[in-house]
Amino acid sequence: MMSDSPHAVEIRKISKFFGGFQALKSVSLTVDHGERIVICGPSGSGKSTLIRCVNRLEEHEEGEIIVDGVALTSNLSHIEEVRREVGMVFQQFNLFPHLTVLENCTLAPIWVRRVPKAEATSRAMALLERVKIPDQANKYPGQLSGGQQQRVAIARALAMNPKIMLFDEPTSALDPEMIAEVLDVMVELATDGMTMLVVTHEMGFARKVADRVVFMDAGEIVEAAPPEEFFANPKSERTKLFLSQILGH
Amino acid sequence: MIVASVVVLLVATAQENIAKQRIATGFGFFDDEANFAIIQTLIPYSETSSYARALLVGLLNTLLVAALGIALASVIGFTVGIARLSPNWLVARLAAIYVETLRNVPLLLQLFFWYFAVLRALPRPAASLSIGDAVFLNNRGLFVPALSFDGMAWLAPIVLVMMVLASRVVSTRTRAGTRWLDRWPRAGLIAFGVVSAAGILAFTVRAEVPALTGFSFQGGVRVIPELMALVIGLSTYTAAFIAEIVRAGIQGVAKGQHEAAQSLGLSRWQTLRLVVMPQALRIIVPPLTSQYLNLTKNSSLGTAIAYPDLVHVFAGTALNQTGQAVEILTVTMVIYLTLSLLTAAAMNWYNSRLRLQER
Repeated sequence: MMSDSPHAVEIRKISKFFGGFQALKSVSLTVDHGERIVICGPSGSGKSTLIRCVNRLEEHEEGEIIVDGVALTSNLSHIEEVRREVGMVFQQFNLFPHLTVLENCTLAPIWVRRVPKAEATSRAMALLERVKIPDQANKYPGQLSGGQQQRVAIARALAMNPKIMLFDEPTSALDPEMIAEVLDVMVELATDGMTMLVVTHEMGFARKVADRVVFMDAGEIVEAAPPEEFFANPKSERTKLFLSQILGH
Repeated sequence: MIVASVVVLLVATAQENIAKQRIATGFGFFDDEANFAIIQTLIPYSETSSYARALLVGLLNTLLVAALGIALASVIGFTVGIARLSPNWLVARLAAIYVETLRNVPLLLQLFFWYFAVLRALPRPAASLSIGDAVFLNNRGLFVPALSFDGMAWLAPIVLVMMVLASRVVSTRTRAGTRWLDRWPRAGLIAFGVVSAAGILAFTVRAEVPALTGFSFQGGVRVIPELMALVIGLSTYTAAFIAEIVRAGIQGVAKGQHEAAQSLGLSRWQTLRLVVMPQALRIIVPPLTSQYLNLTKNSSLGTAIAYPDLVHVFAGTALNQTGQAVEILTVTMVIYLTLSLLTAAAMNWYNSRLRLQER
């Protein structure tokens, strides 16, 4: 799985503006191959924007992003090359409602990677097995629970055989009893050595699998540290305040 | 009570006047000789044919315009609608200009424009615009070669279909290892099918090329300028409305669908075709149906440029000759109603197939 580039993702001093509002202020972050990073912070802190820049769903205006050796510029073929290697899971699942669960998982391999249909189908079934819903393969997304849909979304992203997975608040739209089934799948994925960037408030997950926890506020990275250190003695006041708010209950 | 007595009075007056003018009632006139010529007939028709036959000729002419118009309007409408959302500024602008110009000028004026200002203003037959001395365009219409198939021409499509099927079989049998080796046999089979089908056609199809004799062209197929003007006018006008419907449909698909498709590496075109359009169609089809119905009904404006459609032939000439307004207008309206209901039924069936599965 290791590629020639020294890092999985290199973010160098990127800035992003929405009109007059600056969502990211010269943010830098380097992610190694196989590294698992959890990004947390209050809403509006720029954490979603940051990971959406990694597969260019958002365009950064300043600085540079290099994903697995490919620099993200306005070059469309570079963007598509990066997107093939970077999977993404969204807060709202964003499954394709007009396709069955199985078709959701085979669409991109067939059309983007040109995998023969039979092979794509058997691979998709193996992935649905892995996220523990093979029996739902021929149902439509609208017929599944939120937790099941999110697991399908993970399988759909994995079907492209990505080197890096991005998770944008994957459990925020789920009922509490469904959060665990999604987190279990993510933990298993992390254990298998996938490079992961996860925006989440699930601090239990961060403690368990993260190599580093990144805390963002107001468009900046305030603090980044291994979880033991991050939770035991946060350095900045803003981090302390945030942790007391979300762990206080 | 008042309404009822007004209706009774009107019917009584009408009957009295009809009797006074010696106009027959009932549908007996259907079998009478029509005694007028029609400039475009898709089935054999002459002045000695019956009114019923004239009705059928007019109906077929209406159906021809409606079918051509709907097909062309859909192609232009989807193209312009997609172009309006193009990231290319110029393409999007041009599409917007198209929509705003075409939908804001009365249709009747546009038909006059195409007929009088464009097609009737073309050169005389002797000075025709021509493509390769086979296709001619002048103020009498468009003259294209007529094709006649003989003998073994039916072999051509069969050979082509067999080769395409064979290439399917080959592509499912060979496993993808080296991609190029997988593709060549398929391409080869299809190419062989195309070449041999073309070869068969070359020997079995005879084209009768139109030629200038005297003041006009003989031979080939003539497309009258009335038909061209009506089809161009109706389809470009209706396409402007369809374009807006398509744009609304595409924009009605959640942004997350685009993002999910793009994050999987699908190109912009694949995203549109495989993810966005199938969902947008659910929003597009009901108002699209209305546009199809509008186009069919608006084809009756062809009367104004003397296209021999149902209204022109039957509710026009036949009505003038027989004076049987009640019967003729009732029949004409029932026919339009039936056409519209059939179209709507077909489109509703299509729409129900696009419905999403939930629970």
